[in-house]
Amino acid sequence: MDLFEHQAKELFADYGVPVPAGKVARTAEEAREAAAGFAATGHPRVVVKAQVKTGGRGKAGGVRVADGPDQAQVIAGQILGMEIKGHLVRSVLVEEASEIAQEYYLSFLVDRAGRQFLSICSVQGGMEIEEVARTRPDAVARVPVSPLTGVDRALAQQIVTAGGLPEQARDGAAELAERLWAVFTDEDATLVEVNPMILTTDGRVVALDGKVTLDDNAAFRQEHGRFADPEAADPLEARARARHLNYVKLDGQVGIIGNGAGLVMSTLDVVAYAGEEFGGIRPANFLDIGGGASAEVMASGLEIVLSDPSVRAVLVNVFGGITSCDAVASGIVSAIGMLAGRGEPARHPIVVRLDGNNAAQGRRILDEANIAVVEQAATMDEAARRAAELASLAARGA
Amino acid sequence: MIGAGTKIVGGTNPRKAGQSIGLAGVSVPVFGTVAEAMAQTGADVSVVFVPPAGTKDAVVEAVDAGIGLVIVITEGVPVHDSATFWAHACARGNATRIVGPNCPGVASPGKSNAGIIPADITTEGRIGLVSKSGTLTYQMMFELRDIGFSTAVGIGGDPIIGTTHIDCLEAFEKDPETDAIVMIGEIGGDAEERAAAYIEAHMTKPVVAYVAGFTAPEGRTMGHAGAISSGSSGTAQAKKEALEKAGVKVGRTPSETARLVREVMLAR
Repeated sequence: MDLFEHQAKELFADYGVPVPAGKVARTAEEAREAAAGFAATGHPRVVVKAQVKTGGRGKAGGVRVADGPDQAQVIAGQILGMEIKGHLVRSVLVEEASEIAQEYYLSFLVDRAGRQFLSICSVQGGMEIEEVARTRPDAVARVPVSPLTGVDRALAQQIVTAGGLPEQARDGAAELAERLWAVFTDEDATLVEVNPMILTTDGRVVALDGKVTLDDNAAFRQEHGRFADPEAADPLEARARARHLNYVKLDGQVGIIGNGAGLVMSTLDVVAYAGEEFGGIRPANFLDIGGGASAEVMASGLEIVLSDPSVRAVLVNVFGGITSCDAVASGIVSAIGMLAGRGEPARHPIVVRLDGNNAAQGRRILDEANIAVVEQAATMDEAARRAAELASLAARGA
Repeated sequence: MIGAGTKIVGGTNPRKAGQSIGLAGVSVPVFGTVAEAMAQTGADVSVVFVPPAGTKDAVVEAVDAGIGLVIVITEGVPVHDSATFWAHACARGNATRIVGPNCPGVASPGKSNAGIIPADITTEGRIGLVSKSGTLTYQMMFELRDIGFSTAVGIGGDPIIGTTHIDCLEAFEKDPETDAIVMIGEIGGDAEERAAAYIEAHMTKPVVAYVAGFTAPEGRTMGHAGAISSGSSGTAQAKKEALEKAGVKVGRTPSETARLVREVMLAR
């Protein structure tokens, strides 16, 4: 899960990472009040920052300086409701403006290639680090961090020195790095990034921006739920999550259900290729029912997919490993029965391909149930082609 | 596993030590620790099914016991825990090969099966397979069941894994029972790009590849914790291009990939 900047900075503050004083506002009026609060303490100049989980906010006009409460209100009114790279701005962070002497970069992240952690530090901050790495590779230090020993003051000093930070910033930056490392480990983050990390004109090192990604797999031992953003979630995704289904909404017409992340991703691709023949039919979602899925999970997944108004046909592609195909078939039969019982019979065609564990039994269950909307296909390619074709026919008829 | 010829000689569970469990009609003892199990049975592989909260400790214990191979089936292990047990294994001199987490294991059809790869979907043969995805592994083994496999390794789709594509390519290059390799990747990270560079520099045996996730949207995690692309990095397209540049044939679909492997095997 990615955090908003203001959430990242709240976390930073909890761990003693210096951040500017700031307040979240959801309306222009709230932004004015926040700015008035800072003005009352002798800091009239504020920065109004769009809270969206994407980069390039500055370029898009989502980060602007205001001289006082009146201007903060006007600017917040302009930024709220903006769309930045497809992200609607629902809130702004109103922050005391900082006196910036220099801008640096610092992050901790998972180093997949090295199977360890990595710190990246650079004296060149404020722009994308990939850009700096391309134009001035010598200005970017990559320092491996062992999960066994972590970051102590000595390693923190080594990191900021390797990044080329000047003498007067090093102590402050090292202290910040040590605390940022605590955020990274104690919160089970996969990324903590401060860009820019600034040296103020009065010599302090401060996190002027913050980006944090938390590991969803660690949810069982963390309280990550407090950062959830229910407003932004697609309603179907929210319903699927409540049922512990691994679902991602996409923009096509063929609902996809399969077992195993790789097979489902592959099914999306194969449907999109087949769909090229039928006027650009595409997958409507990703749904992985996982290993060992029961009939209940299958039924629950089918119900979610069928409730998506853009779905015109469904493809169920299962290769049974620990998942048993007879359970999948039973799930399909019971979901269809349940929907009919509720007076919402499944109207879209469902193409099913079953192979692997108990496939013959699963196919027989579907044959015997003799459901009008269900048809079976012998291979993944054939199933994808048929589902795309049916979706295209339904889309044209609709 | 038993049906595929694996000798399961015991289980470990500190709370059930001293008891025994029935597996396929045979009674198998339960030990308190991996070290004890190894001492009493000569076990040389540990397959970890322990839930995510206990996975790290289970792997560290197996490494400390000095076992040669640990297969971590568990899905949902926090990446800090995987990084920690990997670092621990390195600090112990890399004497234990770790496969996973979040993987289906390793199977050599007709010989042995450590994990949850269905035993009966393929036959013994001379193709080596390495894959981030379990069910795509099964799909490929099934498509090429007439030619057969020497060994299939499911390495898992998490951001940090023990055994990598490159580790498997290296092992298959040395394996006298393997003639060609099929490598299955997916979006996220740059393991496939690094494998491409490795293939170009070190592999003499033919490699055919498949990459899943061309239609996956940027910035979304697709099921596997590691399956996420951002910007131009980690995309299926970038991986395909890197592999093709290294002379690897890349299938557009699993069935096309199987056909490419078939051509390579029949040409030999």
